[in-house]
Amino acid sequence: MLKITNLHASVGEKEILKGISLTVNAGEVHAIMGPNGSGKSTLAQVIAGHPGYEVTSGSIEYDGQDLLELEAEERAQAGVFLAFQYPIEIPGVTNAYFLRAAYNEIRKAHNQPELDPIEFLDVMEEKLTVVEMDASMMQRSVNAGFSGGEKKRNEILQMAVLEPKLAVLDETDSGLDIDALRIVAEGVNKLKRPDNATIVVTHYQRLLNYIVPDHVHVLAGGRIIKSGGKELALELEAKGYDWLLEPVTA
Amino acid sequence: MTASIETLVNKEYQYGFVTEVDTDTIPPGLTEETVRLISKKKEEPEWLLEWRLKAFRRWQTMTEPRWPNVTYEPIDYQAHTYYSAPKSVKPLQSLDEVDPELLKTYEKLGISLTEQKRLAGVAVDAIFDSVSVGTTMKSELAKAGVIFCSFGEAVREHPELVQKFLGSVVPYSDNFFAALNSAVFSDGSFVYVPKGVTCPLELSTYFRINAANAGQFERTLIVADEGASVSYLEGCTAPKRDEHQLHAAVVEIVALDRATVKYSTVQNWYAGDSEGKGGIYNFVTKRGKAFTDAKISWTQVETGSAITWKYPSVILQGDNSVGEFYSVAVVNGKQQADTGTKMIHIGRNTRSTIISKGISAGQGQNSYRGQVKVLPKAAGARNYTQCDSMLIGNQCGAHTFPYIEVANNSATLEHEASTSKIGEDQIFYCKARGLNAEHAISLIVAGFCKEVFKELPMEFALEAQQLLGISLEGSVG
Ligand SMILES: Nc1ncnc2c1ncn2[C@@H]1O[C@H](COP(=O)(O)OP(=O)(O)O)[C@@H](O)[C@H]1O
Ligand SMILES: [Mg+2]
Repeated sequence: MLKITNLHASVGEKEILKGISLTVNAGEVHAIMGPNGSGKSTLAQVIAGHPGYEVTSGSIEYDGQDLLELEAEERAQAGVFLAFQYPIEIPGVTNAYFLRAAYNEIRKAHNQPELDPIEFLDVMEEKLTVVEMDASMMQRSVNAGFSGGEKKRNEILQMAVLEPKLAVLDETDSGLDIDALRIVAEGVNKLKRPDNATIVVTHYQRLLNYIVPDHVHVLAGGRIIKSGGKELALELEAKGYDWLLEPVTA
Repeated sequence: MTASIETLVNKEYQYGFVTEVDTDTIPPGLTEETVRLISKKKEEPEWLLEWRLKAFRRWQTMTEPRWPNVTYEPIDYQAHTYYSAPKSVKPLQSLDEVDPELLKTYEKLGISLTEQKRLAGVAVDAIFDSVSVGTTMKSELAKAGVIFCSFGEAVREHPELVQKFLGSVVPYSDNFFAALNSAVFSDGSFVYVPKGVTCPLELSTYFRINAANAGQFERTLIVADEGASVSYLEGCTAPKRDEHQLHAAVVEIVALDRATVKYSTVQNWYAGDSEGKGGIYNFVTKRGKAFTDAKISWTQVETGSAITWKYPSVILQGDNSVGEFYSVAVVNGKQQADTGTKMIHIGRNTRSTIISKGISAGQGQNSYRGQVKVLPKAAGARNYTQCDSMLIGNQCGAHTFPYIEVANNSATLEHEASTSKIGEDQIFYCKARGLNAEHAISLIVAGFCKEVFKELPMEFALEAQQLLGISLEGSVG
């Protein structure tokens, strides 16, 4: 589904991703771990199409297309979803309106009829239960004045509504208490299907107790320095990253 | 991001066409003779000519205000034309007599003056250059006793009302542009709603500047008698021309005891090109006087004009009177706006609310200038001011000039202000959810303007939506 080959990306003069290769197949869950500042969010943003990062070489193939050729909104319409590490506030625009706009843009791209606000209510109702969110949240402005936990849950709600093929969750677990963590993780698990895939970017092993990954990658200094199965996460939890980092800095 | 903002901002001005009509246009220049000529062409009574002449003499002693935060080449008042009328417009018996070219102009603007296609529930007065070309739905209004006609007709048919209220809120000596208007005003709309009557229709005036080098100086007078209520809408467009054109209007509102007047404007005069060539200079005085328990509410969406100088204000004369000002002002290209309001609290327990949303894009400069004045007798007066600015891009500016004078210590004033930037991050967030950049900007701007848009009557909310390329549905509740 996703094939990243020798990807280099920079901001201005500064190279952040220094040759990433990663293949994700349908039905798989990949975890990307690594120390702060290693480039995890950058990778997530590059996949989503943030214009602030310049891809200097390498390629990303998604569903047989050249992903880097597509505008960010075209990627979203093609089923790529990024749950932001820091979700953005849009004052004055209700969550309900925003979500329906997004939902309809994606439907339009697939030549499906748009839903009016009444029809959309049914979609919403079902999805709200997935993340155990109250319907009153829909009338609040997008992320404005939300607590950290509410913002993260709102990202998962959006994911539930938009039903992406490839979801990238960027530290969706940070700042969540244990209940919220469980809700978010269960939400992600419920949305899992054989034809979609998830990349979970996380700092902590604890999320991976709930969302069990098929593959774990360690990103450091803009490179994937180690890949393994789910036991790698446990090893990292026990030993930290230092044992892996030394050869890189040498 | 910048590319998409530019497409939004540089959308072609749709109303820039010129109508070919024969006009009766007087030569440029402004002297006492010009004033007499205008008055004569309009067959006005002596008292009105005298009033104009007093205004003209006063104007000659005044100087253009220099305090607004705008810059422009000096205006040569002798180079302008002060009267231009389509020849075909004579006092009309019915709309059937309106020149088809003019009807077509209004159809193109989306304003139908013909009987069949009119917006249900809205009566329209159309002002083309200096004169009214027709007022619709007159008979329906007459049944309710409401007078809605051109200013010229009001002078002929209801001179006692005009004489009683003309200049009672904005005296001819008020300011440079009001004095100029008082001397040379050509037409405009007049509204009178009798005691206890709720006007059954929305009233709407559509202003159109067509002639080159001609200024538009309309004058609107709205009187709501005791316990009456009315909602009035105003829209404006002008052709694209390379020269700047002058628009100096005056609007006066009188809300007698317990009356309510809601005045909404969607101003979309030609703004000039991206280099700042052409565009309307919009110098407008709008003010209402609210008597006991009366309420005056101004809502404006200002998107056009090269320069906007405009402060719709309320004199809260009577006890418990209420004044409101809701404003969205958008500048882009080289546009400059200096706009805001004045709330003058005279009566006891008077209340005012000011919500101002300034959006600056391109190299536009947007200034909010607002005065809240509480006089000694205004015990218990309250004001709430919220003044928000949004910047799109790096070359524009937003400025705030609040003036507060309080002479009664039982008054309560609250002021909130914010400046935000449409960030690349906000746009990217929307894009990452499948919205294109233009849709994203519309949505973010609509959210920003929500509190103002919800004050607009439906018909105008739609026009405002088109103007800003904004989808309002649902996001404005
Ligand atoms: N927009 C940016 N401008 C400048 N530096 C950036 C930008 N985004 C990321 N970086 C830098 O790139 C490195 C990787 O950042 P990031 O991808 O956020 O790491 P992680 O998510 O793994 O903590 C950091 O050194 C960070 O400071
Ligand atoms: Mg990060």
